[in-house]
Amino acid sequence: MIYEGKKKIWSEYQKDIPDDHYFYARSCIRQMFFTASEQAFLEITRKLMGKDIFETEHHTTCGGIAYHCDAIPQETSMTIIARQFALMKKYGYENFVCSCITSFGLYNETLETWRRFPEVEAKVKEDLWESCHLEFAKPKFLAHTCDLIYKYRERIASMAKYRLVNVKTGRPLRVVEHIGCHYSKMFPSKGFGGAEYPYVLVGMVESWGGEIIDYPERRHCCGFGFRQYFIQSDRGYSLANTYKKFESMEPYEPDMIITNCPGCTYFMDRWQYVIAETQGKTYGGKGHGIPVLTYEEVAGLVLGYDPWDLGLQTHQVGSEPLLDKMGIKYDPAKKYLGVNGKFIGEPEKSPC
Amino acid sequence: MIDFGYTLNPSSRINLDNFDRNKFEKLSKSEPDVLLCIGCGSCTASCTAGKYTDTSLRKAILSILDCNEKAAVDFAASCLLCGKCTLVCPRSINTRNLLLSITKIYGKKQ
Repeated sequence: MIYEGKKKIWSEYQKDIPDDHYFYARSCIRQMFFTASEQAFLEITRKLMGKDIFETEHHTTCGGIAYHCDAIPQETSMTIIARQFALMKKYGYENFVCSCITSFGLYNETLETWRRFPEVEAKVKEDLWESCHLEFAKPKFLAHTCDLIYKYRERIASMAKYRLVNVKTGRPLRVVEHIGCHYSKMFPSKGFGGAEYPYVLVGMVESWGGEIIDYPERRHCCGFGFRQYFIQSDRGYSLANTYKKFESMEPYEPDMIITNCPGCTYFMDRWQYVIAETQGKTYGGKGHGIPVLTYEEVAGLVLGYDPWDLGLQTHQVGSEPLLDKMGIKYDPAKKYLGVNGKFIGEPEKSPC
Repeated sequence: MIDFGYTLNPSSRINLDNFDRNKFEKLSKSEPDVLLCIGCGSCTASCTAGKYTDTSLRKAILSILDCNEKAAVDFAASCLLCGKCTLVCPRSINTRNLLLSITKIYGKKQ
């Protein structure tokens, strides 16, 4: 192997982004289901890393889900996105970071559309001014939140209270990493590692002590796929995708799954319950599922945050087996207590 | 068991290792028209028996290419050989001959 040559090739798969001063846009799905993940991102970046991450209550959805379901045309989503970018400029920022992979893909698609069709850009500029009286702008750098956590991974590792290691056996935890399709399959140059070797989650897991599992359906869709699940009767297609992935990873006995896409976290988590109910099958051993976590949740666990503050109780698959493996102390009595100790409700059936 | 209003869809994975090249070469040699079909479905739309049976040349050819020989024969076996589809085919395929050849080559009695 010619090491220099390999290094040169790998450098082409890197993404150049600044590590500070970002305008932050939240994710619709994550705000609904994994709210604490977004909060953990802000805690880690602002308080621990001391970075300048700005957010405003005036930003909206990117329109991605409606666009991918053909409920709104591309022109509408482009104008919504132009408004987000205009807000970024209004508040004095040049770099844009978003929390959702669907948004990330759509922002890239929009920027690419404007690059290729300047007349479309001119029209959107006009529409933006007419509808919102905001000045059109394009971000200098566009990043996804996982890009930033990836960038800070070694600093997080240096502050770690726990590692992705089984404290009983001393062996690294076996981790399945799942990259959202819209992260780097659409625009490979926009993601760390491109479409062929997406490294963003692998880098985090390796830095924090875990071991990555390479299984046959590693790059298969999680089953989110927008139109596959919007109509109830079609959801069997979505479920079949997830089932195929879990059947493929089962022999490798993963301890956990880490994802960077809101839809992937949601579906790989919830569909395990549906598979357990309809097929009578669980994949994590002893009747449990495999815990599916966002990268902020994993970073938070490594940094020693309380699992219930990270929102792990909002997952369908219980995370306790993973916490026990990592040696993390937690209070089971506080699992369903929210802010100020208020009871937030409990599932009727215990999670798989 | 909970009824979610949907069930796990069966896998539609195609195993190309099951493709019988010899049989397909035999078919395309006797009926080169099989390579002309564009799958437009005109034959199925004009089929007299199609309303009551599963007769479909388009699906029969697709099933052969998807390595599902049994399904191909099922789609071809109920043909009445009336020849209406031959009149509407935009590629002028001799559909009757092709259907017969499919049942001969891929059916049990060869």
